[in-house]
Formats: sequence, C-alpha cells, structure tokens
Amino acid sequence: MKRRLLPAVALLAATLTFPALAQKKYDPGASDTEIRIGNTNPYSGPASAYGAIGKAIAAYFRMVNDRGGINGRKVNFMSYDDGYSPPKTVEMARKLVEQDEVLLLFQSLGTPSNTAIHKYMNAKKVPQLFVATGATKWNDPKNYPWTMGWQPNYQTEARIYARHILQTKPNAKIAVLYQNDDYGKDYLKGFEDGLGPQHQNMIVAKASYEVSEPTVDSQILQLKSSGADVFFNITTPKFAAQAIRAAYDSGWKPVHYLNNVSNSVGSVLKPAGLEKAVGVITSAYVKDPTDKRWANDPAMKTWREFMAKYNADADLQDPFNVYGYSVAATLEQVLKQCGDTLTRDNVMKQAASLKRFRIDTLLPGIAISTSPTDYAPIEAMQLERFNGHEFELFGEVISNEQ
Amino acid sequence: MEAVMFQLLAGLATGSIYASLALALVMIYQATHLVNFAQGEMAMFATYLAWSLINAGMGYWPAFCLTVLGAFVLGVLIERIVIRPVENAPVLAVVVVFIGLLVILNSVAGWIFSYTIKSFPSPFPPALGLRYMSPHQVGALLVTLLVLALLYVFFRFTPLGLAMRAAAENPVSSRLVGIRVGWMLALGWGLAAAVGAVAGMMVAPIVYLDPNMMSGILLYAFAAALLGGIDSPGGAVLGGLVVGVLENLLGAFVIGNELKLVVALVLIVGVLLVRPSGFFGSVQVSRV
Amino acid sequence: MNRKMVTVTILLVVMACILPFVLTNYRTFQATLVLVYAIALLGLNILTGYNGQISLGHGAFYAIGAYAAAILMDQGGVPYWATIPIAGAVCLVAGFLFGLPALRLEGLYLALATFALAVSMPPILKAHFIEKWTGGVQGIVIIKPDPPAWLAAAGVKLNADQWLYFFVLAIALVLFIMGWNLVSGRIGRALVAIRDHHTAAEAMGINTALYKSLAFGVSAMYTGIAGALGAIAVQFVAPDSFSVFLSITFLVGIVVGGLASLSGALYGALFIQFVPNIADELSKAAPWAVFGVFLIGFVYLMPTGAAGAVRALTRGRREGKLSHAKEALP
Repeated sequence: MKRRLLPAVALLAATLTFPALAQKKYDPGASDTEIRIGNTNPYSGPASAYGAIGKAIAAYFRMVNDRGGINGRKVNFMSYDDGYSPPKTVEMARKLVEQDEVLLLFQSLGTPSNTAIHKYMNAKKVPQLFVATGATKWNDPKNYPWTMGWQPNYQTEARIYARHILQTKPNAKIAVLYQNDDYGKDYLKGFEDGLGPQHQNMIVAKASYEVSEPTVDSQILQLKSSGADVFFNITTPKFAAQAIRAAYDSGWKPVHYLNNVSNSVGSVLKPAGLEKAVGVITSAYVKDPTDKRWANDPAMKTWREFMAKYNADADLQDPFNVYGYSVAATLEQVLKQCGDTLTRDNVMKQAASLKRFRIDTLLPGIAISTSPTDYAPIEAMQLERFNGHEFELFGEVISNEQ
Repeated sequence: MEAVMFQLLAGLATGSIYASLALALVMIYQATHLVNFAQGEMAMFATYLAWSLINAGMGYWPAFCLTVLGAFVLGVLIERIVIRPVENAPVLAVVVVFIGLLVILNSVAGWIFSYTIKSFPSPFPPALGLRYMSPHQVGALLVTLLVLALLYVFFRFTPLGLAMRAAAENPVSSRLVGIRVGWMLALGWGLAAAVGAVAGMMVAPIVYLDPNMMSGILLYAFAAALLGGIDSPGGAVLGGLVVGVLENLLGAFVIGNELKLVVALVLIVGVLLVRPSGFFGSVQVSRV
Repeated sequence: MNRKMVTVTILLVVMACILPFVLTNYRTFQATLVLVYAIALLGLNILTGYNGQISLGHGAFYAIGAYAAAILMDQGGVPYWATIPIAGAVCLVAGFLFGLPALRLEGLYLALATFALAVSMPPILKAHFIEKWTGGVQGIVIIKPDPPAWLAAAGVKLNADQWLYFFVLAIALVLFIMGWNLVSGRIGRALVAIRDHHTAAEAMGINTALYKSLAFGVSAMYTGIAGALGAIAVQFVAPDSFSVFLSITFLVGIVVGGLASLSGALYGALFIQFVPNIADELSKAAPWAVFGVFLIGFVYLMPTGAAGAVRALTRGRREGKLSHAKEALP
C-alpha cells in the first residue's frame, strides 16, 4: 500500500514545490491561443524601402503559424504604418499598447521613431524589443529596462573600422561622407571616438548630404580634392552606389570603408559596377542573399524556400528580407523560452538571457548573447573585402561582448 | 582652380537633370496654366516601363521610343480620365488631385518594382566623354538642349503649338476660333509626359532608378522653372543649370553641405523678388 | 451668427467636453491631435482660403512653434502653458516678416517661396551651430504636463491625457472665436476683397500691403500655436518630423475640408488625422496609393470641400431650390 502511495505523494509534493510549472501566467496580449505582437514600420513616405522588413517579419510569422505556432499559440503580428514620422509612431504605439493590447512592441523601425516612444514604453512597462535601428542608446538596461536593440550598433561598427585603420595605416588622411541625420551622425561619432584624440588630425575632410539630394557627386569631388587616402562611406544604398561609382570614375583610389547598411552585392555594388568596388572593406553579420558564397548554403536555401512560399512578392535581392527573417527568428526563440509564462516581465527576462543563440542566416561565428547588464544582442562582426565577385572574410570575428 | 572647374562641371551635369524635368513642368504649364506636381512621378513610372522593356530583352533605342510613345498615351489618358472631372474646380482642388496622383504613382511603383535600386543603361558612347564629365553627363545635357530646341520650334513656329498656347491662355476665345480646347489640354499632358519620360531616362543612369528618384529633383526643377520664368522653356533650362552650379559651388566653397540648399533657395527667392516673373518669364499684365 | 449656428456650435462644444470621459486615453489623444490640426488648418485657411495667398510652407511655422515650446520647456524651464503665447508671438512676428517681401510675389512664385521655406526648415533645425538648443538630429524629448494642482484640490480627477485635451480644447475655442470675429468683420471682408479683386480692393482704399502681411502674421501665429500644442501632445520634436510633406498635408487638409470656412478646418483635421490610418488598414502593400485614391475621390465628390458640401446640403433643404447668391467659397 505504502509503495503505491509514495509516487503519488512524491508527485503531489513536486507540484506543490514548483507551482509555476503548472500555472500559466498571461499579461495583456497573451492567452492560451494567441500572442499579439505589435510593430510600426514605414510603409509609406520617403522611407518606404524599409517597409520590406515589416513584410518579411509578417511572412515569417505566417510560417510559424502554419507550423503550429509557438508553444501551441498562434502569433498575431499587428503592424501599423508610421510613415517614418515620429508623431505617427507615437499614435500607433499608443494604439497597439492601449487599444490592441499587444504583449510587446517588436522591431519598430527608425531612430527618431523609437526615440519618440522610448519614455512612453518604459513608463507603461511594455517591452520595446529588438528595435530596428543601430543607434547606441538602446543598450541602457539601468535607465530603460524595457528597451532592447538587436543589430550591432553603429558606433561599435565604426569603432571596428577605426581600429583597423589605426592598425594598418596609422598615418592615414581620412575623408568621411555621411548622411545628415541620426544614423549618419551616430556612425561619425563612433568613428571619431574610435580614432581617439588624433581624429582631429586624421580626418581631413567631412561632407554630409541630405536624403532629398539627387546625387552625392559633388561631395565626392570635395572629398577627393582634400587629398585623403582613406574614405569612410556612411551612406544608404542608393547613395552608396553613387559614391562608389563617383569615386572610381574621378580617379580617386582611397582605402574604402563602407558601412554595413549598404554592403549588398546585388543591390549596391552591382549597380555601382563590380569592378569599381574592388577593395571595398565592410563588416557583416548577416548573410547577403546576392553573394555567391552562400549560393549553396543550406540556411540560405531554407530562406529562399521561405521567400518563395510566404513572401513571394518581395525582392530576393533585398538584404532586408534576410534581416527580417533573422530578427523574427530571434523573437520566436525568446517567446519559446517564455513557455507558459507570457508576461511582459518574463519576455524581457528571456530576451536578456540569450546565451550564444545561433541563427544560421547570420555569418558563421556570430551568435546572440544578452544578459541583464548587456542589452546588445549582436555585438560581433567580421571584416570582409570585396574582390570583384564576392566578399572575402578576413581577420577574426571581432566582438564587443563583455 | 581645378577643384572649382570640377564642381562647376559637376554642377552643369546635375543642373541638366533639373533642367530636363523643369522642361516638362514648363510644358504642362504652357498647355494648362497649372504646375503638375505629379510630373516627377510620371517620369519615374515611365522610366520603370522602359526598364521593364529593356530587362525583357528589348534594345535601348526601341525601348526608348516605345516608352516615349507610351508616356504620351498615358499622359493623354490621365488628362481625360483623372483631370477632366475637376476641370471647373478651384485651382487648389486640382493641385490636391495632382498630389493624389503623385502618391498613387509613387506607392504603386514601389509595390510593383520594389525599392531596391536598379541600374539603367546609358546609350552614349565613351567617346563623348570630356575630361571632367562622363559620356552620359555630356549626352544628357545634349539631349536636354535638343528637347528644348524642339519644344521652342514647336511652340513658336507650328500652328499646333500656337493653338495649344492659345487654348491655355484664353480658352473661351480659342473655342470661338475653332480650337478644340479639350483636346489641346490632353495633347499638352501627353507631350509633357513624353518630355518627362525622356528626362527620367536621362536621369536614371546618373542617380539610379528607384521609386523616390524624382522626389528630390522635383523641388529643384520647380525652383529652376520659376527662376527661369514658368512659361519659358529656355528659362527653365537656364534655371536648371544655374541651380545645379550654384548648389555645388555653395556646398563646396561657401557654406558647406548642410545649408547649401537653404542658401540656394534664399538666393533664388531673392532673384524672384527683384524680377517677380523670373529671368525670361513674361510679365503678367491683366486688364482691370 | 444666426440662432441655428449658435445652437449647433454649443452642441458641438458640449459633445467635445463629454468625449474624454467616454473615450479611452488613446482615443482622447487622437482627439487632441484633431484639435491641434484644426487650429493649424484654420491658420492656413485665413491666409490661403480667405486671403488667396497660397502657402506651401505652413509646416515651417508649425515647426517653429513646436521647437519654441520644446526649447522653452527643455532648456528654459518654462511651464508648458506659458510656452503657448510665446510660440504664438514668435510665429506672428516670423509670419509678418515673411509676408512683407512676399508681397512682391503672386500665385506660383509665392507658392515657391513658401515651398522654399518648408524645405529649408529641416536643414536649419539640424544645423550644427544651433545644435545646443535644438538638439540637432536627435531632437528634444518633452515631458507631458500633469493636471494642475488646483483641479485636484477642487475634487476633479483627470489624467494627463484628459487634461491636455481640455487645455487644447479651451485654446481651440478661443482661437476659433477670434477667427470667426476676424473673418466675419471688416478685416475678413477686406481679406476676401483682396483675394477676389486685388486692384479693386486697393482702389477702394484698403491698405492691401498691410492686410496681406498681417494675414501672413496671424495665420503663422495660429499654426505656430498648433505646433506648440502638438509638440506637447506628442512629447517629442525632431527635424525630420517637419518635412515639406507636412506643409502639403496641411494644404490637402484645407482643400478637403473647405477653403474659406471655419468648419472646414475641423473637417480637414479629421481627414488628415484619420484617413491615412484607414488607408493603412486597407492595404499594407501600398497604403499611400489608397490614400491618394481617397484624396482624388474626395475632390471629385466635393470640389468645394466638405464644408462646401455641407453648406450646399443645408441650403438645399432650407430653401428647396438653387441659391443664386454668390458664395464666399471660390
């Protein structure tokens, strides 16, 4: 008699000792059947190119739902257009939090847009998770525990280039072209900080441009005439292509560092002219869908199948589609880790405890790690150089992880 | 000194971009007395059509001609279907319709062709290049001047051009002399669209083709057209070249890149204050 | 103002006062934005609708008002309610100063000058020599005001959103009444006279230069106050929020709402606040295209704007036949 009772008693004791295992806890936005995720993206207006990311993420979650959802719950991905206008972002974020009652805000896009809702999200204690901007200010768990970035931040990347220049060409004369907004200025700051106090002497020319300008040819001519032999190119894809071509055509042959945002072979280097981009150095953390290196890569093959089935309208050459896929996979992992405790608190807790989580559309050697004091998921990048057909990785994976 | 030369010529090259779209704006103004804010997007859309044809295997010049023709037809259709119903509405209401057209074309282009940039081929042989200007920049400038010449001849020396100008200037009297005003308007739109298509195909190889290609250029073209005089094609071209050179020189040598646009605009408005109808615009005289 | 209009207005005000208690905080926030845009559109309407001077640059005055409020609150420690009159005064002067040289420009050329103003705003706001005050590309974050202590002491409990709504509503009412006074009195008739027949107006002894510049100034003041209120509501200002597209949105607002009409400002504000959201719901692939279709559709159906359509409907019902009187609407 006692023998049969023992396992029952043991089971009862176990259930009493670990109540959390048997209970489900939900915050607004989560239930037995669904998880509501909110997002703002510019689907209209001058930044509508980035809308591709929102569409890729929506497609990813359609795939997840087809597979049965996350721990049996369907994902309801609600994405609203903010036209890249901060007042609209504020309105849409409030709608998602107060009216649609989402569990969290995910991958809202744009530095000014996220700045506008930064205080609000933290005051409301709703996760502002994996924001789609590389600005450095999102890694501040002490003051803003509910906000977390995802991609390597711009200053980190710029510092990597600065370090490389100091190591390989300490007497360089550097020219910088940058977009005159938050993103461009953030890169510039990181670059200057990375060069240290001698940046005043090393940077001999700086030229900015506005997104509304047709070409940057004039700026390239200005930079060339400064006599610089190193060029740091902080531009978005269209202007990057123009800059690469203009530099080559004008006969200027500096050591050319290109920011990560515009390093796609198919969408930037090819229009510029592959032969004109030989020698361009950039850093990468995500696989480029147009780079021949990954033509037979199994992860990219899976990605292509995903695109064909769930996101057929999108452009296969657009690296935003790989970015969107990768960041959505990260959220999927976080939500999986939450199990049945789908509270906002737990979402942030799980997001802050990713230990070398690997997604195969990221470059080999780059993994996602976070901790309660480290809100920068991806801090590793690798330098690569373009040889005329594809990028060749060189050096080691440079990581800023503590 | 060489730096100045470079910037000057680069300015001429960019200026010819502005000039070509400004020509389309002047064209539509001469035909309708309205400035069509959607002109840039129509040009962009036409360029995408050309790109699709070339991508499908057609040669450059056949695609070019087909696109210009197609743009003409598109312009006529837009006038008949979209603009005709608001003919008698207040001017500002028509402007809002133009804005509606602008956002529709921009959005649809982005939807169909996506936002990644596309290269557009240049038909000009390398031999055309000068020391400071690429073959395409020289070619684009020459094409702009050619279009200008054709427009000038058309409006000044052909009966049809005269009829169009009359229809825009004084529709009532024109009808009395037998001019089919409605068709003149449609023709004007068609021609403006065609000029815009040429502009787009000249511009795309320089700035790369994407749905937002023309939005920045429209602003400069608008300023250039008014600077030169909104009813003067020659003025528009001159205005475009002036704006291009001015902006480059200001940015490189005077005020820096951040504020060059502001200063350029202040200067342009300043010129307009002194000559309220632009360089070559006809002074508006109205009988009281 | 006849009895019917007074009753309708009072009813509207009563409804407006009830709104924040039946709506959620989010909807109250949207309603506050509608009021802000209505003030801005009223400003633009005074200039473009009643006085015929086209402005494609009112977004610039909105920006000046917004930044004035933000800088005063952030760096000057000025309480939020005091920034409103200051922002208004700054924009009144700015508008007047802009209106003076603009006297020489007509029609399209004036449109270009105002367009140039709008386009110049973001680069000026980003310029590094005033970065200390404007925050440069990063912008300025503002803290939302709490309901004042005396209200709580009087036993009325409002949250921050509701208080802000009433604050904006009160200012909007004052400005609308001022505006109504302006356009239905001597000054308004002078403005319309200048719009409809400039030379005749001058011949009749109207000081067109003074009136036109004043119109610019007053119009800029209204839009500047709207900008300040908008900044406080959104709690953030950044240079790229005030692009030329904002100016174009305002123009669209007054045309769709109804030129030269006070109620048009409200209709237009409802349009520019809610129709983009509706377009977004209808299509993720090309929301702007849907918005453009709505725009064109509205203009087809109501070429004189929503106010014009309402006027035609009510007049038709009242008199039962076509009115032969010349309308104030163009």
